[in-house]
Amino acid sequence: MTLKAAVIVFPGSNCDRDVKVALEASSGTAPAMVWHGDGTLPDCDLIVLPGGFSYGDYLRSGAMASTSPVMRAVVAAAKRGTRLLAICNGFQIATEAGLLPGVLMPNASLKFVCKDVLLRVESNDSPFTGNYTTGDVVRMPIAHRDGNYFAADSELDALEDNNLVAFRYCDGDGALSPDANPNGSARNIAGIFNQGRTVLGMMPHPERLADARLGGEHGKAMFDGLLAALA
Amino acid sequence: MVYKKKMKARIHITLKTGVLDPQGKAIQTSLGALGFDGVDKVRQGKFIELDIAADGETEARERLTEMCEQLLANTVIENYTIELEA
Repeated sequence: MTLKAAVIVFPGSNCDRDVKVALEASSGTAPAMVWHGDGTLPDCDLIVLPGGFSYGDYLRSGAMASTSPVMRAVVAAAKRGTRLLAICNGFQIATEAGLLPGVLMPNASLKFVCKDVLLRVESNDSPFTGNYTTGDVVRMPIAHRDGNYFAADSELDALEDNNLVAFRYCDGDGALSPDANPNGSARNIAGIFNQGRTVLGMMPHPERLADARLGGEHGKAMFDGLLAALA
Repeated sequence: MVYKKKMKARIHITLKTGVLDPQGKAIQTSLGALGFDGVDKVRQGKFIELDIAADGETEARERLTEMCEQLLANTVIENYTIELEA
């Protein structure tokens, strides 16, 4: 079983290598690392937009990267159904590119927040989350200043009505509360799917808890699940 | 391309009503702490200035609107206004 994956590297990406290591550990195959200036993508089953601070977060987080040459190919592939995992800055880029609804605003605290958070898996009905059980509480790190998910109420209702919320910030019992919400995100949303569940955008970093030696494997389950679903 | 006119454009980008603005709120709190009374509804936005060459004001405005829609503003949360000076 091999998983053909491509990780897009922008100037200012800083989680591209971690994603590569996590993908390789799960699938045994190294992903293609694709520079943002490339106009084409290799043949692949999975594209990852990694975390970081592409273009120094100029204008708005993800705004400049969403206009990069490679993004035309990424958007086209995502619209054809190629799976797209957009983590942290990748999530910001995906919303700016119109692949996911809403926007990531500055954290309500106005502070950069870097810590482990607990997430409730809201739907395991996707290639990204198939390895979890709906309702599971998992731990993953966050590290961002602009992670405050915002969308119009009608948009949020549509996400919920169509079961497109992937993860929510929660406490140890899986309960949602303002205290468990690290950034002010609407309805404690930490990650969402697109309509076809072929795109997942999330602020937490699964690739940073994908090795027991680094403190946990809750993130590894996502990469193992992607291999099982796509290889 | 040779255009007939060069104009100065000033673009104001502001958060839509109803979108929370934590930065505006923090600024308001700080103004209060400095002793400035009677300050309310502080909203922080962006100001972008650029020179644009075009054949006329209408054409310049059309292109600036496209720039705002495609990159300069995120219309999910932001409004923009365009001022043109010949």
